[in-house]
Amino acid sequence: MDSLGIVVAFYVLSAVTIGAALSVFLLRNLVHAIVLLVLSFLGMAGLFASLSADFIAIAQILIYAGAISVLLVFAVMLTPLSSRNNANSLYVGPGILAGVAIAAIVVFTAIEVDWVQLTGDALRDRSFVDTIETIGDQLLGKHILAFEVASVLLLFALLGAIVLVTDPRGVGTDVTDDADDAPGATEEPA
Amino acid sequence: MSEQPAIVKRQLPATPMARQIIERGTLREQAARMPFAAKVIGAIFGIGFLIANAGIAYIVVDGRLDGMWYDFRDLGYAIERLRVELRTVDGTIGGQELGAILAYWVPALIGGIGILSFLGGFLLIGSWIERRLLARFQIRTGPNRVGPYGLLQPLADALKLMQKEVLIPAGADRMLFYLPPVLIFIPAMLAWGPIPWAENMAYLDLNVGLLYVVSITSLSVLAVWLAGWSSNNHYALLGSMRTVAMMVSYEIPISLALLSVVLVTGSLRLSAIVAWQADHYLWLALLLPFALFTFFFSSTAEINRTPNDIAEAESEIVAGFHTEYSGMKAGLFLAVELGNALLTGALVATFFLGGYTLFGLEEWIPGYLILGAKATFGYFIFIWLRATLPRFRIDQLMNFAWKYLIPLSIANVLLVAIEASIAARWDAPAIIVYGLFVIVNIALTAYAVRAWARAIGYAMDVEQPAQPIFAKTIGGLKAARSLRGEA
Repeated sequence: MDSLGIVVAFYVLSAVTIGAALSVFLLRNLVHAIVLLVLSFLGMAGLFASLSADFIAIAQILIYAGAISVLLVFAVMLTPLSSRNNANSLYVGPGILAGVAIAAIVVFTAIEVDWVQLTGDALRDRSFVDTIETIGDQLLGKHILAFEVASVLLLFALLGAIVLVTDPRGVGTDVTDDADDAPGATEEPA
Repeated sequence: MSEQPAIVKRQLPATPMARQIIERGTLREQAARMPFAAKVIGAIFGIGFLIANAGIAYIVVDGRLDGMWYDFRDLGYAIERLRVELRTVDGTIGGQELGAILAYWVPALIGGIGILSFLGGFLLIGSWIERRLLARFQIRTGPNRVGPYGLLQPLADALKLMQKEVLIPAGADRMLFYLPPVLIFIPAMLAWGPIPWAENMAYLDLNVGLLYVVSITSLSVLAVWLAGWSSNNHYALLGSMRTVAMMVSYEIPISLALLSVVLVTGSLRLSAIVAWQADHYLWLALLLPFALFTFFFSSTAEINRTPNDIAEAESEIVAGFHTEYSGMKAGLFLAVELGNALLTGALVATFFLGGYTLFGLEEWIPGYLILGAKATFGYFIFIWLRATLPRFRIDQLMNFAWKYLIPLSIANVLLVAIEASIAARWDAPAIIVYGLFVIVNIALTAYAVRAWARAIGYAMDVEQPAQPIFAKTIGGLKAARSLRGEA
């Protein structure tokens, strides 16, 4: 039996995570939804930390709570109408389908895995130190191909983003010049 | 004119204030002007101070030798000892052993209260230090009315801020408006966790400590944006968007700089990074000068200090993301800025300046004092920069991050990776290997910083100063030379 603190932490973190995730769907205000989504990410990181998955917990904070939230912030700021309402969505049907599929995967995994072999005393017997060295060895050893492919993919994404935002007329021209500011500005000299 | 030789000789400055400062005399002159009684009292106090120190040193040395006495340098070991003692407590509470619970909670509370009280003390004195130093840089006096030397000024400021009304702008998002001051305070406190204060004296000695610091500090971005968005104010929103863009951009060079630290030391644990520097008698500032520069400069962007304090460019956007905050809520933002400056100083000290070690001196001086001195030194450099440098424009700032710091940081990481793999394979003594790397890195950094700046058009033509346009136009120099008959 685990100690009392871990059990309490599990229930509190689960309640925070699930409650925040539910509120993300139920709130009408998109910005409130973003804040609660970040709270749900943080609760998830806490769950990882309580499972001794230190590296994954930190990566969850760094990537999801730190970076993805900023991405969402920019999405809200750059799409004027989306910041008003969280209720209208064209993708309710596909969204429900995807949610059911993910839930099915999780449930299937939970049923199929023999948890007695992987938790509790079995884990303690393996003289399990910390995850970060294991993850590093695996990433740069066994899974080196996937690692390199992912890095190349990210490089292409970076280059693609640069190509997309580059002005075809040439570097240095100011694309943000407000042409519709003055009424006579439409017939500007070429 | 012959009646006033002193004025002609010393060239008294024009303004009365500057004259006053000149006439104040040097420290030695002021000391000579002191009355005799004051000298006697000062001497008594000085000698008493020395005797007290000698006594403390005697107790300390004596206590250290018998091995059971834990003096004030060994707080970490004292807590460890306390934990061992607490674990032997008998009894159970709710099926749990009382000893285990006490051994967990008592040191946790002591450490937390210790760090928080240190920070609180710094927040009280920090703004006084900053204002006095800025005044000294700008030939002013600074706050000197409240208490001796104006030392109670921050207290008065805090009381004033607490009494002020907290206004909420019309149309503001009330719930989100209350959140950011709290939200921005949490990472500023939590990031102190993994910093090692002395040997065996880190509050959270995480094996992912470096990543923890980076990820926790990146959480403040959301708070900044929420502050700007919920204020329902154009200036606040503009300021917050600028700040978010800047923070996101400068997180990349920071991560790359810290990556090179990890490559050299081979650990993400902050105490292991400090121990590596102590073992090799080498500060990483020497081995990784470019990483130090990148980390320091990018940190000024992350915490809104002066070359990069775009967030509160008063002339452009009033006060940036906290324009609409008043009273203690604005005070919390200011306090976080202050605390983050010291935090960055402590991080720079830990990563690059040897942390709590000082070439063996940490055996005699408590490590937390050494770390505190180094962190305050970093804070002093921030104040110095604030008094010296003008503010960057936002486009200059972003260009500098993306075109200058990031490419050079990537090249730096590649170089350090090559060096780390050489160091792992080469059997030569460490002083030869790392001495070579120090020379190579400093030379390459000095070259690359100039060459890359010139390649993207930053460098100024220092070697051949251009002839002033005015002189060129009227032919002044040429005319003067021809008059002198030189050409």
